[in-house]
Amino acid sequence: MRKEEDIEINLTGEEAVAVSADDREPKERKWFKRLRKGITTSTADKKETPEGLWNKCPQCNYICITSELEENFYVCPKCNYHHRISSVDYFDMIFDEQQYEILFDNIVSKDFLGFTDLKPYGKRLEEIHAKTDLKDSMRVGFGTLNGAKLVVACMDFEFIGGSLGSVMGEKFSKAVDVALQHQCPYLVISKSGGARMMESAFSLMQLAKTSGKLSMLADAKLPYISLLTDPTFGGISASFGMLGDLNIAEPGALIGFAGPRVIKETIKKDLPEGFQRSEFLLEHGFLDFIIDRKTIREKLDQLFALLRG
Amino acid sequence: MPQYPNRQFLDFELPIKELYEQIEANKKLAEKNPKVDYQTVIQQLEQTIVEKRQEITAELTPWQRVKLSRHPDRPYTLKYIDKMTTDFLELHGDRNVKDDKAMVGGFANFDGETVMFIGQQKGINTKTRQLRNFGMANPEGYRKALRLMKLAEKFNKPVVTLIDTPGAFPGLEAEERGQGEAIARNIFEMIRLKVPVICVIIGEGASGGALGIGVGDKVLMMENTWYTVISPESCSSILWRTWDKKEVAAEQLRLTSMDMKGFGLVDEIVPEPLGGAHWDYDAAAQILKSHIKQALQELKHIPPQTRVEQRIAKYEKMGHWDVLPTE
Ligand SMILES: [Zn+2]
Repeated sequence: MRKEEDIEINLTGEEAVAVSADDREPKERKWFKRLRKGITTSTADKKETPEGLWNKCPQCNYICITSELEENFYVCPKCNYHHRISSVDYFDMIFDEQQYEILFDNIVSKDFLGFTDLKPYGKRLEEIHAKTDLKDSMRVGFGTLNGAKLVVACMDFEFIGGSLGSVMGEKFSKAVDVALQHQCPYLVISKSGGARMMESAFSLMQLAKTSGKLSMLADAKLPYISLLTDPTFGGISASFGMLGDLNIAEPGALIGFAGPRVIKETIKKDLPEGFQRSEFLLEHGFLDFIIDRKTIREKLDQLFALLRG
Repeated sequence: MPQYPNRQFLDFELPIKELYEQIEANKKLAEKNPKVDYQTVIQQLEQTIVEKRQEITAELTPWQRVKLSRHPDRPYTLKYIDKMTTDFLELHGDRNVKDDKAMVGGFANFDGETVMFIGQQKGINTKTRQLRNFGMANPEGYRKALRLMKLAEKFNKPVVTLIDTPGAFPGLEAEERGQGEAIARNIFEMIRLKVPVICVIIGEGASGGALGIGVGDKVLMMENTWYTVISPESCSSILWRTWDKKEVAAEQLRLTSMDMKGFGLVDEIVPEPLGGAHWDYDAAAQILKSHIKQALQELKHIPPQTRVEQRIAKYEKMGHWDVLPTE
């Protein structure tokens, strides 16, 4: 079984590696990310071979070549562990011939409140912008799936834990407008620790803002599909994450309203095995089905075809 | 309001407690020495209490406002309903799991008009605090609230929600029964409800737990309340990694009624009696009542479809971001 992850720490905007009690897993994940960006580093876990770079699965420790993993949609060939991937990885997987337009990428966060915790929010944003090519925690892609138009909004966990702030709310809203304009379905792929605390009440109000837009989509009778991936918490599950015409999830994803730490502290008991995992949610009636990443295109196509038919 | 000596005092209210003690002492002396005039001194002390209330209110820090919003003597939802309405008929249950005692609601006569009142309810002593789960609703509480809102919509009655919660309950069963989904559903349904919806933060407005009954045409905030995405304590523990920065977190979060009105995230501030609503339940309820009445008057004449469109448009405007020039 996977080690427990501190989801909250990602919401601080700091590297998870700095505070994890057991830094082995985050280091691996960090190493993995570096691989994806083509930056080579020498760590004990990494092995350079003629075939390329190797990767160890955080769940089953299976070692495989990164290119093999990539071909397998970043799903462990042995235990089916779904690695956390970026928005463009999903876009590449979903849209026809990996062709799509990224929309509204010029909308970026600002420190409206002058919020300072251990670091000013404005400085945090600058640092992340310097470190990654991400503008914020959500990207919107527009393209076709098997010839039919589709809008996909997808979160990037790397950007302050995929947190929901004004920018995500605005991109989400504008994405709905595109779906309305083209009369096409809207897919949202969630992966977030929750609301962005540095935007305080403005982040909370995004729950209402996005719901209002979904109301317009519902009136237009356009499909809204919510795909939940690991992890999806707080403000996301308390708004559009759970409001899909269909709610679906990747296997083994941790999904909930309150985080496991808070629940544990409240009930003063250990949480049962599998608690808040996709399979648990399916069992309790909150998901329509669990979707293996490898079948994502074909399942979505099947669904949209049925809705059209 | 509870009378001294049962009245409870926050740390920054302690000077007032001392004044009360002096009054008590003078009253005892007056009994012993009926010929001496203690009345003047007592009156002076009472006047000083009023001044002290004024002083305290004028200089409150955000954290002190948070404490006032949680004052153990503060009036809760059922108290306001009792003081603002007649013929309150409490309705129970979500028709699915159970009746959540942390969420109350029902029809009432509000100055001749039937209104659906819904709100979180806190307890007033150890026993009722547990019964009410400290105002932390479970999914069935949110679903009960939604059922009542739909009932109001069916009979074309306005909805007034009174919000006072430290958060939706973070429990194991709450997760099993879909706390996230319950709140999400409420937000979605409230934004398209065909009847007027007025929401009032009467105490604590903690995050999704508050917003789960907090989407409306008009959102009012009582003077000494707070409303934001996370409690200052939890914010401190996550962002500062210590529980000791709650005062700083309260400042940084800009969670007071003045901040929220300034941001345009709430529509109105409802003034409270000098020193806070706990000083005078009747006065607090009457001020609130006049604000709700005014809001209802304004909303009544708008056609339902327009009202819903305006509601959606209002929330759509919320947020701040930059737009970079496109390359
Ligand atoms: Zn594996």
